[in-house]
Amino acid sequence: MPSLPGPPPGTTAQLTESDSSDEARLIVRVRDGEPELFYELIRPYERRVYAATFAILRNPANAEDAAQEALLKALKHIRQFRAESRFSTWLIQIAVNEARMRKRKENSDRTEPITQNADDQGEYKPRDFADWREIPSEVLERKEVREKLSGALTSLSQIYREVFVLRDVQQLSIEETSKALGISTASVKTRLLRARLMLRDMLAPGLGGQWSSKFSFSKGEKPW
Amino acid sequence: MVVECDHVWREISNYVDDDVDPALRAAMEEHFKECKHCTAILDGARNLVQLYGDDRMFEVPLGYGQRLHRRLAGNIGKSRRTFIGWMVATAAGIFIAGSYELARSATSTRDNLRSELAHFSAPVPPDLMVVVADDGKVFHGAAACPFIHDKTKVKSLLAREAVQQGYTPCVRCMKQYV
Ligand SMILES: [Zn+2]
Ligand SMILES: [Zn+2]
Repeated sequence: MPSLPGPPPGTTAQLTESDSSDEARLIVRVRDGEPELFYELIRPYERRVYAATFAILRNPANAEDAAQEALLKALKHIRQFRAESRFSTWLIQIAVNEARMRKRKENSDRTEPITQNADDQGEYKPRDFADWREIPSEVLERKEVREKLSGALTSLSQIYREVFVLRDVQQLSIEETSKALGISTASVKTRLLRARLMLRDMLAPGLGGQWSSKFSFSKGEKPW
Repeated sequence: MVVECDHVWREISNYVDDDVDPALRAAMEEHFKECKHCTAILDGARNLVQLYGDDRMFEVPLGYGQRLHRRLAGNIGKSRRTFIGWMVATAAGIFIAGSYELARSATSTRDNLRSELAHFSAPVPPDLMVVVADDGKVFHGAAACPFIHDKTKVKSLLAREAVQQGYTPCVRCMKQYV
């Protein structure tokens, strides 16, 4: 295979560095008596915090309340933030804890069995082998597609949903996901594998076929 | 090293995350060349990660930001206890509420979401060298990205050309721009 150029060295690193040092400065200022800058600090993450609480609670009103509460706690405990982890990961971790606490309360109120430790072991065999080509992200313009995707995610049980949302929706690393959920990296990987395979089986009939082919392409070709 | 379908399924998620050792990676790549089933699973898994990783999937209830800022303003006001602090907090709350209302009146959801995020995610540098697969939809920062569907058909071009041709940034290797 011919060797291909990657991004010019330094381009991405510089950018990330300046972004995170802006953030670090904001954190220090909020901590040292300018709480009103907290808005600016959390604005890039507001939506992600909601996505995390929703992944666990599956109810918009509860998820929103938990997200607000999590962000208030973050403000209150900002002195406890340690720069060795990313600020976004720290926020998500607080959000996950808040949502899980509510979930436990909800479960104990309803005295429902908690299926937390179910089937982490047994192997999952894929069921659908239909051919999939690369799907343009424009399909997400369609509300029905977004609804199908979030519906499929909502139908996963909590242990898979949490892992998938943190890793694949929020783009946390395996290590960050394991830290946020308080489980081993091995469990993260096992659950992620299963979540991805289950979602794939659920969505393949639509995404591999009829939904995406209804879409007309700006590139003027139909790749499947 | 030769691997069977079962083995590929167990490792497919690690493969997508670029978390398999080079020998296994090579064996899996050999297997994908021969096995349509496993290739279909791999393509599907990669598609899912790209779609779910798109910021258009971050939907929040209408008025979420406004209500959040109102609640924070109350607390920030309390913690500050100075008239100026309270004024700043309230003004920020109103300003943000206003911009959400504006954003909401935009016609497309995509513009809506993008404009809220635009302020924070850096634009892709137009002269950045990126890589696309021939029949792909996504551009990548490096040819080694495990999300490239067909590594035998890749070409490099400038990010601005990729965008013009309708490619979108990979949620994994171009993460800081998505
Ligand atoms: Zn196979
Ligand atoms: Zn990539």
